[in-house]
Amino acid sequence: MTRTRRGMHPVRRKRLIIVVFVFSGLALAVALAMQALNENINLFYPPDEIVGGHAPLNTQIRAGGMVKMGSVRRTAEGVDVEFVISDLKNSEFVVTYTGILPDMFREGQGVLATGRLLDDGSFLAVEVLAKHDENYMPPELIDMGKNNDS
Amino acid sequence: MGVLKTLWHKLGSPRWFYDMSRSWSMIFGILAVLLLGAGTLWGLAYAPADYQQGNSFRIMYLHVPTALVAQSSYLMMGIAGVVLLVWRMKLADVLAAAIVPIGFSMTLIALFTGAIWGKPTWGTWWVWDARTTSMLVLLFLFIGVGALRDAITNLETAGRACAVLAIVGMINIPIIKYSVDWWLTLHQTSSFSLVEAPTMPSSMWAPLLLNVLGMYCFLGAVLTSAVRTGILKREQNTAWVNEVVEQELA
Repeated sequence: MTRTRRGMHPVRRKRLIIVVFVFSGLALAVALAMQALNENINLFYPPDEIVGGHAPLNTQIRAGGMVKMGSVRRTAEGVDVEFVISDLKNSEFVVTYTGILPDMFREGQGVLATGRLLDDGSFLAVEVLAKHDENYMPPELIDMGKNNDS
Repeated sequence: MGVLKTLWHKLGSPRWFYDMSRSWSMIFGILAVLLLGAGTLWGLAYAPADYQQGNSFRIMYLHVPTALVAQSSYLMMGIAGVVLLVWRMKLADVLAAAIVPIGFSMTLIALFTGAIWGKPTWGTWWVWDARTTSMLVLLFLFIGVGALRDAITNLETAGRACAVLAIVGMINIPIIKYSVDWWLTLHQTSSFSLVEAPTMPSSMWAPLLLNVLGMYCFLGAVLTSAVRTGILKREQNTAWVNEVVEQELA
């Protein structure tokens, strides 16, 4: 009876302590490893790192951010496109791209470009993906929001 | 506390669980059909389209529930592993073995629907970001645990080895969950949290909620059935199983 009142059986408690101990040690090791690899786990360079010179030049990297409003320019043929990726704060850079943009590519929306950062600070993209956020909304509600703003 | 303790001790008896769970599959199954039917019809036919993604976003009514259940399945397998290693509870091992194919399937469907969603929205089927990669690791963990169990003939050794691997792999669950917050990913962050309002109107999240609950009921139905079969197989040489089989055949 004393055993039940004191809680767990000592053998089981010992096993539980071992399991918790091993798992904690492992979790710590993984956490440290991920801390060390942090930069490499990030899928892309944000605009402030591109502008701040933290991204390598002339090698294939990914850069991401928001497409600046009113910055998209297309050539007459319609396949060459130029736009500005911004972090909506004070870092932005120009991206040039030849190819088909995803349907979801829009000004003011997130974008992810794969390509090379050139010496002049512009980004020559070979692939452009659209990044969408976690907000979902019916079109009517968006229109209502616009009407309220104006 | 007393009731929980009694329940804990009763769970030590596979026979008790077998008798208890007789109707669970049926109950969970009916709930799953109702919830998934209503949620899917509502989500696909009546919920409004998204202002950016149009109809593409509707795949989340399958993507989100399967991804959630996949992770929950793994968590259950890990917890069952702890229970097996510490308390040597047979039922925990039966559950850990039964959940592998279910969790694997859910992970596969989540990855597959994610790819189908990614193509029209992102512009690619796949990207090696932290969320998608950690989810792929989850798939490999399910495969690994399943393969490990098949590779070891001794039931007890197999159970313990799988328990250790399942527990080690549990580290991946918080990584999946927080990958979109800790690192820069192409995958969007979560639309739901316990402390903030959802980032979509109720006409969009209500059907999703139904499908999430429905998918958990589906897990309950399939898992109960698989655990009961597992118990019969594991206890096939006992008198009570022979009684059960004779009753079923009579």
